[in-house]
Amino acid sequence: MEAISKSTKKKDHEAKISGRALYVDDHVMDGMLYGRLLRSNKARARVVNILLPELPDGYYVVDKNDVAGINRVHIVLDDTPVFAEENVEYVGEPILMVVGPELKPVERILHEIVITYEEQVPVLDMRKSDTVFFNYNYAKGDIDQVMREADQVFVETFQTGYQEQAYLETQGIIAYPHDGRMTVRGSLQCPYYVHGAVAKALGYEAQAIQVIQDVTGGGFGGKEAFPSILACQTAVAAKKANKPVKVVFDRREDMEFTSKRHPSVCTYKVAVKNGEITGMDIEVLFNSGAYTTLSPVVLQRGLICANGVYRIENLRVTGRAVKTNTVPTGAYRGFGAPQTFFAVEMMMDHLAKKLGIDSLELKEKYMVRQGDETSTSGKYHFHVPLPEMIKRIDELTDYREKRKCYQQQTGRYRKGIGLSMFFHGCGFTGSGERDMIKAVAKIRKNADDTVEVLASNSDIGQGLKTTFCKIVADTLGIAYDQVYIDNPDTDRVPDSGPTVASRSLMTVGGLLQRAAAKLKQEWKTGQEQIVEEHFVEPDFVIPFNLKEFKGDAYPTYSWSVNAIEVEVDTLTATTKVLGAWGIFDVGVPIDLNIIQGQMQGGFLQGIGYASMEQMDYNDKGIIRNNSLSDYIIPTAVDVPNLITEIINNPYTHGPYGAKGAGELPLVGAAPAYVEAMENALGADLNKVPFTPEDTMRILQGADQG
Amino acid sequence: MINFILNGQEVASHAKVNDRLLDILRTEFRLTGVKCGCKEGECGACSVILNGRLVNSCLVAMGSIEGSTVMTIEGYCETERFTVLDKAYAAVSAVQCGFCIPGMMLASECILAKNPNPTDAEIREGISGNLCRCTGYNAIVEAIGIAAKEGQGLW
Repeated sequence: MEAISKSTKKKDHEAKISGRALYVDDHVMDGMLYGRLLRSNKARARVVNILLPELPDGYYVVDKNDVAGINRVHIVLDDTPVFAEENVEYVGEPILMVVGPELKPVERILHEIVITYEEQVPVLDMRKSDTVFFNYNYAKGDIDQVMREADQVFVETFQTGYQEQAYLETQGIIAYPHDGRMTVRGSLQCPYYVHGAVAKALGYEAQAIQVIQDVTGGGFGGKEAFPSILACQTAVAAKKANKPVKVVFDRREDMEFTSKRHPSVCTYKVAVKNGEITGMDIEVLFNSGAYTTLSPVVLQRGLICANGVYRIENLRVTGRAVKTNTVPTGAYRGFGAPQTFFAVEMMMDHLAKKLGIDSLELKEKYMVRQGDETSTSGKYHFHVPLPEMIKRIDELTDYREKRKCYQQQTGRYRKGIGLSMFFHGCGFTGSGERDMIKAVAKIRKNADDTVEVLASNSDIGQGLKTTFCKIVADTLGIAYDQVYIDNPDTDRVPDSGPTVASRSLMTVGGLLQRAAAKLKQEWKTGQEQIVEEHFVEPDFVIPFNLKEFKGDAYPTYSWSVNAIEVEVDTLTATTKVLGAWGIFDVGVPIDLNIIQGQMQGGFLQGIGYASMEQMDYNDKGIIRNNSLSDYIIPTAVDVPNLITEIINNPYTHGPYGAKGAGELPLVGAAPAYVEAMENALGADLNKVPFTPEDTMRILQGADQG
Repeated sequence: MINFILNGQEVASHAKVNDRLLDILRTEFRLTGVKCGCKEGECGACSVILNGRLVNSCLVAMGSIEGSTVMTIEGYCETERFTVLDKAYAAVSAVQCGFCIPGMMLASECILAKNPNPTDAEIREGISGNLCRCTGYNAIVEAIGIAAKEGQGLW
């Protein structure tokens, strides 16, 4: 283990464990008003009329007419209205907000408002959508020729469902006007995203907006773009009332109406000649919901991962993110990759069966090595540690032996074991880091020789305050206690980009390391000094071209192999997870405890995605699993034997050898789990979540057969 | 008026009988360590110790607590037992986003109060009413195990 990896007490430990840390809902301001949104209860309709009751003094109704700037939330394409205009496009679309000094009257007023709709037929099924929001295609080799010349072409379709972030703290924002400016604070991942969106909605100059991150109770992507929407609505209300306004969602509102993981349908056509895979033709379809939000980038990442970790010389990938009249989907840990990795891993598993070998044997034959081409004709520049990870998994689990042993079981209880191998591209997709984000980070040495880290990245539980401070303290050779970091405030910190895409530590942590090295050279005891660093793309990178979808989509990759073992009770159709093992390569850990926490938390979230997290809408377009009673996430008893290990594979260009970590552990859990279920049930499976109801269907089908 | 003992002090609340204990603790007494995660007894973020037992304060009506003893994280962090758990949680970095943590700490106390030497399985059972979306629970289970060892005689 490297010296930097040794764990230290987290910077935010004391405030959080004592209950003293203040989250957005813990703040109360003088004269503060409380807001609630009135939402469409139709999936697709024209709003014909809105009938308002008489409002008591101090109560306001806020809608599109109060938006002084542009009535669109700045995200990527800026199509999400701040408040609905003529049409509503999904159940839950915000039409107006009621604010006032007490919540009960606010809720009464909401109930008294009568909205007349002219209903239209909604498009709910993504396969029937006629609106393609985004469409990317890429290819290499000659896929048409290998399809023509194949001995056999195997075709199969895979489906994945919604996943709800289920952060423990629901979404919340406070906005307050002062001195001709607007301050917005709350539970969020990306202060500068909120900053840009609120400036546009209010029609203010950028300097007139201040965004402060409060202590944030989890995000997992759910607080990447969504807080920009709520912040615009709350800021418009605060401007109209000229008072502070707080909006905190209750759990049902949060689950039904905030963004979640894109459901997907992926179709794979695989050409085989002389027992060899000669090409893959892949179609990826993502349900974007009613608005575009982050779908272009989610789709890009999904497509880049479509052929998994395999060397496929003839490849065609076509992808669409389509509109439906359902809640807009968005960022979630893994960002498009869990969907396509599930599909490709299951496809390899099913192919192996058809070719009469075990899936691991097939996967090992095609997995990439250092120097190989990536899907987008970039290059795997660094060591690919998959072989040693597989070896370690086999040592820990006796995988190869068990896999054989579990075939052809009879009796009530049947076991199964499955394995997945995968990567996560580190940092923002494509040329985003170089062309769009252009991160800037600063450190400031105070006159008392303490050092403050100034960056816009937020600690949302992943330990960034601790790891940033460790990097700066260690590089300067000063005590960890001498370095500190406050929550980002856009008045004080530069724009070092969003807290997303497993980029904060690798990219911004790298800038902080450079800044600290420079400060060390120029250190003047007792004087105030500031050092600023700007992002520069490493020179080995093959520039990514989005139009051609070619080049290095990521400078490097984090790698992992997962294995999961299950026991199915064929009488009740319930499944016990006997063990879950994950080997992870995230470069050099900057703090081993923190990395283990990320790997264990992400892995369990992935097992939830695979096995129990079922969410869907009904024929009116309403999401019905809108509570933690109806949408089940794992508890402490669900996977008692969850084991994670880190291997040492330093990344030469990361700070201390670190690379991206946060998203990796979620990406491969689903295929490992479903492969294990296949091994136990002796059937080919093609969907997640794979729930006890699905198991029952397979068991009953087998009985009837 | 509803009279009860809150973190060791006798208090009187103006609450109505059907108000939630959660809301009264947060608004009337400004004890914001009690977190609201779901308001339906599923997540455990609003856990408090009521007459020695762990409860979800979102499901407790104020009318039912006359004469009761209520402990929140604000009261608990004044105790010696808290100090032992605090150190153990810090040693394994069990605190991530922190939103579930006040409830987890009170659940930890209740596990150890009932059984000073719990097995991992008993610890898992004991925190199974408290959801955590960040940690995967391993570090929390480990921390409670460490506290059990370090705090011999305290529980």
